[in-house]
Amino acid sequence: MAAIYSLFDALLPLTSPGHYIQWHWIQISVANLIVIILMIATFIAALVVPFPGRRRRRGGDE
Amino acid sequence: MAKKFRPDVDAPEYKGRYYPYDIIKEGTIALVVVSLLVVGLAILFGSPDDPAVTLKEWSTAQPVDFATTALSELNGTSGVAGYGPPYNSASDGQKIGPFPVAKWVGVHIPVDTAQDFVLMPLTTLPDVPALTTGLRVWSAASETQKTAWLDAYAKGTMSFANGKITDTATGAGPVPLFMTELTSMARTGALDADLIAGHGYYTTDYTKPLLFLSDGQWFPSIAANDHLSGDQWGMMNELGNYPGQAWLWLYTMWYQVPPYSTSWAANADAMVWATMMVLTVLLALLPFIPGVRSIPRWTRVYRLIWREHYRATAQEGGASPSREGPPSTPTA
Amino acid sequence: MSTTEIDRQWTTKFRRRLTTALPSEKLLPDTQPSYVASWIYVFGVATLSSMMVVIGTGCILAIMGPLWWHESSVGHFVNSLHLWSVEVFFFAMVVHLWGKFFMAAWRGKRQLVWMTGVVTFLASVATAFTGYVSQTNFDSQWISTQAKDGINATGGGAFFNVLNTGQMFMWHIVLMPIAAVVLTGLHILLVRYRGVVPPFEDTSAGKVRA
Repeated sequence: MAAIYSLFDALLPLTSPGHYIQWHWIQISVANLIVIILMIATFIAALVVPFPGRRRRRGGDE
Repeated sequence: MAKKFRPDVDAPEYKGRYYPYDIIKEGTIALVVVSLLVVGLAILFGSPDDPAVTLKEWSTAQPVDFATTALSELNGTSGVAGYGPPYNSASDGQKIGPFPVAKWVGVHIPVDTAQDFVLMPLTTLPDVPALTTGLRVWSAASETQKTAWLDAYAKGTMSFANGKITDTATGAGPVPLFMTELTSMARTGALDADLIAGHGYYTTDYTKPLLFLSDGQWFPSIAANDHLSGDQWGMMNELGNYPGQAWLWLYTMWYQVPPYSTSWAANADAMVWATMMVLTVLLALLPFIPGVRSIPRWTRVYRLIWREHYRATAQEGGASPSREGPPSTPTA
Repeated sequence: MSTTEIDRQWTTKFRRRLTTALPSEKLLPDTQPSYVASWIYVFGVATLSSMMVVIGTGCILAIMGPLWWHESSVGHFVNSLHLWSVEVFFFAMVVHLWGKFFMAAWRGKRQLVWMTGVVTFLASVATAFTGYVSQTNFDSQWISTQAKDGINATGGGAFFNVLNTGQMFMWHIVLMPIAAVVLTGLHILLVRYRGVVPPFEDTSAGKVRA
């Protein structure tokens, strides 16, 4: 039973004491910072990376 | 007759090509991708779950802090005792500018800290004759007498030895006994049960034990250790290295900056909430705010989003029948 | 029964208005304008998808009851799914919001689409918040005792008691999900009704044409 239970345990639990960045009055957890950076990166990538499936346009079919 | 075309309000009529776009397939793929992502993150990182703390743990770990807090509940100097609405009328509560909104709404969740947190729980303790006498003496005493006892007790120094709270104060009437007994009661876990059971056998309301807990030093110190305090942007943080409610960044930010953190500190919650309500209304009404609604056009990020479209129309020039019509005809 | 009588029926009138405003090919279109060709367009559907995962995992937690996830590692895993789907949900929603802002997607009588989106975002924040205070662990103890001051300061604390776990739980699993789902539905119907916002006029195209 214990073996089955351990199947559901997290591989890399993030339970160790949190890492924080302090800059003047700004304090943010590294985890939140990563999420925010990923959001901005995803946004930029969504704008820049070409969207597939519009190649037919070149063929000029209507 | 036709109204002037406003580029940030009206949209040009699209007369160009349409392409097959399978939204059900797109939705299904999105659901599969998101599900896999969520399963992956859950397998990798799990989720935090630190057990709830109790008055028992508190009074065991820091009996003096517990008893000091209990005294402040009894003599009316604790945070909750002086909170004001919705718990009591000890103060007007916070104000939004000149408006005491909380006071207008009134006391809806009455909490009498002396009665609810100290005296009532003590009456439930069985077989302590001295306590029964003490409680009778207390309820028969005048307010002046009670204040004198409480003041006398507060002048002493509290300490914890041999499983009991003691105090060097003299002339404090039954107060020393109350503090000793309440702390002992809390250390058995009986106070947790009693405060929760205030509503009867079944309950789902933890208002009273949570308010008592939040008045001490011990509970906030655990949170501060985990960067969860209000002055640590705590609302958007989470235990350990888990991401928290990052979407609350703007709300938590106001608490860190002047004047919210300085001259408005006493009413910081009210002012932050008022600010956020105004900003939220502005965000919702953004399409109607001149200037702000033009930012997308000025920043020209849209050139990147629709670059294929602009490339195609530029190549076709004016020759394309799809762009022949009056492009600036508003849909209105 | 005469035709005019049928015509006068509320049901008939309602159905006609509905099918005129949103015929099936508008409700479930099989084509999109050619300008709908960017990854930014997938974040709306990604938000919707993660909302489905949030609700699905929430339903499993609801079936087993509020304390299950503390006691069972399967329960804890489902809680992890619930948490991470919420993180993905907000992630996708914020990128969606940024995208729609830079497209000025309120143009062409689409102001209500934008506004329902903002209100849905707020409802989602409130839903998440009631979830955080319904966890029945240290987190919910701390978050509720902190948040009470903000809500009390507005006067709302008198009716919305964040320290009342049962009340918060009901808001989290009944009232707020209904609100969020209804608002999302309205938002999507409005999007389908108005269609995807066309690009800004090409101000540089004039040079090409000239």
